Amino acid sequence: MIKLFSLKQQKKDGEASPRSGNPKKASAAQLRITKDINELNLPKTCTTEFPDPDDLLTFKLIICPDEGFYRTGRFIFSFKVGPNYPHEPPKVKCETQVYHPNIDQQGNVCLNILREDWKPVLTINSIVYGLQYLFLEPNPEDPLNKEAAEVLTNNRRVFEQNVQKAIRGGYVGGIYFERCLK
Amino acid sequence: MSETVESSQKRWGHLRKVLERPGPFCHPEFEPSSEILDFIMTSCKILIIGAGGLGCELLKDLALMGFKQIHVIDMDTIDLSNLNRQFLFRHKDIGSAKAEVAAEFINKRVAGCYVTPHFCKIQDYDEEFYRQFHIVVCGLDSIVARRWINGMLVAMLQYENGVLDQSSVIPMVDGGTEGFKGNARVILPGMSACVECTLDLYPPQVTYPLCTIANTPRLPEHCIEYVKVITWPKENPFNTALDGDDPQHIGWIYEKSMERALHFNIPGVTYRLVQGVVKNIIPAVASTNAIIAGICATEVFKIATSCCVPMNNYMVFNDVDGIYSYTYEAEKKENCLVCSQIPQELPIKDPSLMKLKEIISLLCESVIYQMKSPGITTTIGGKNKTLYISAIKSIEEKTKDNLNKTLTELGLKDGSEIMVADVTSPTTLVIKLKFMNNDVEMN
Ligand SMILES: [Zn+2]
Repeated sequence: MIKLFSLKQQKKDGEASPRSGNPKKASAAQLRITKDINELNLPKTCTTEFPDPDDLLTFKLIICPDEGFYRTGRFIFSFKVGPNYPHEPPKVKCETQVYHPNIDQQGNVCLNILREDWKPVLTINSIVYGLQYLFLEPNPEDPLNKEAAEVLTNNRRVFEQNVQKAIRGGYVGGIYFERCLK
Repeated sequence: MSETVESSQKRWGHLRKVLERPGPFCHPEFEPSSEILDFIMTSCKILIIGAGGLGCELLKDLALMGFKQIHVIDMDTIDLSNLNRQFLFRHKDIGSAKAEVAAEFINKRVAGCYVTPHFCKIQDYDEEFYRQFHIVVCGLDSIVARRWINGMLVAMLQYENGVLDQSSVIPMVDGGTEGFKGNARVILPGMSACVECTLDLYPPQVTYPLCTIANTPRLPEHCIEYVKVITWPKENPFNTALDGDDPQHIGWIYEKSMERALHFNIPGVTYRLVQGVVKNIIPAVASTNAIIAGICATEVFKIATSCCVPMNNYMVFNDVDGIYSYTYEAEKKENCLVCSQIPQELPIKDPSLMKLKEIISLLCESVIYQMKSPGITTTIGGKNKTLYISAIKSIEEKTKDNLNKTLTELGLKDGSEIMVADVTSPTTLVIKLKFMNNDVEMN
């Protein structure tokens, strides 16, 4: 352990400040998201859209699943990365209305790593894979849309038909879904 | 001279026993001397960040320990609910600035101590302000603020030929409490684990699985969280974002939460709990604050005087069930985004000729970097700017024109920093541009 202050160098006051007037430094969140974005390794079913290339904290993810119940649809998610990233997860919403047990009408997504199981070692890539998995394996155990979950549990054929109907645009269970065909 | 007289007063006799005599537990390089007490009393400048529960304790402890040049910074004003533990505040102070009232109280109460208040955000000050302090001690409840000051202290480090100049190190002592639990740590920026190295250690905000709060609520908190996360955005009752300090908003959440709790037969939703969940308040225990602040103040004293080896470097404390404490060495992360960075300089011969794509080839071809596909951003006038990222199609399309622009055209200046991310490096590198042809023209 070093001895930090020798009593001789005790005057810090009035010391010339050669680095003052420096432009604002990039925050740790900014450094980290730059890394995450530069290393995004998207599955071939996913693309991203950055409306403002200078703002790496706000973007959209578009998923077009190539298998499973949702293979004919195109689903858009909005990502908002906050100043406390990666201590806190980004806020992710589904902007496309979708008939899905784990996504509700307001676009809330029930994915564990977006809330209770988020850890700073996880990346944007982890979330992309998590979301993609939701479309391959909708999980009726943890429903946000209870009706959809019940149908999935009781009758997979009806569920598949409902999903297709919703993707083509139309009413399922009294709720209108906008068309989101690929 | 009056200080020399003062430090010889009887009032400081106990400190003189520690500082003017050697002992078996002293720091190996400790040299007992009467100058040390003078240093504390005349030169040593301490910054306390936060004038809340921990901050009040820290101010009192440090002032009574003999530190005389103390600054305190806090952006908050005093609320009725603070008065049970933030003992420098009285009922008449409600609505006033915490930093100002706390400073005034100490200045009146502790003879010879001079506390300077700053009623603002830590982000309002720059390097010049923070450089004046010998030690920074934090009593914060915000992780964003901790990360910010940590980043600032690391950014102020000076290196010579890649070797840290120890005189640029400003130690940070950080305390935190949560109910009956607390922690205290000593950070020597650039030398020991920093806040960012140990980001995993900070408890995440309490969150409940979305599906639980939506379908199978069991706790009153589940009902409140549901209204906060689902019902509020859906109904948007006041056409504005939820404000935890607005009684109308809290009242609305309370009502809706009660309805939901009734529906699921869950007891325990109260107005206070609603406030707590919405504002994410963890009940504060005065004695935990006192203990953690006492430990932090002791570490400040050890560092300032070198009379004893400081804690190495992270202590957890818990008195939920008996009293437990444990101290261990949190390790510096080799690839820490913040403190593993030794600032690197990239000499640029002529910024009006050098193009961005040449910088990229340099980063890929140079023996030191050997990068594969660097993504580069910078900050210009405090704003982030993406110079080039090839990995993302939509960004690549919008930034590829930059490749043929010169550094001058891109707005980069001598001393500008570029942030470079690449798979070959575990962190985003910060590289400072050094323009070679500028020295003469500038002066
Ligand atoms: Zn670090």
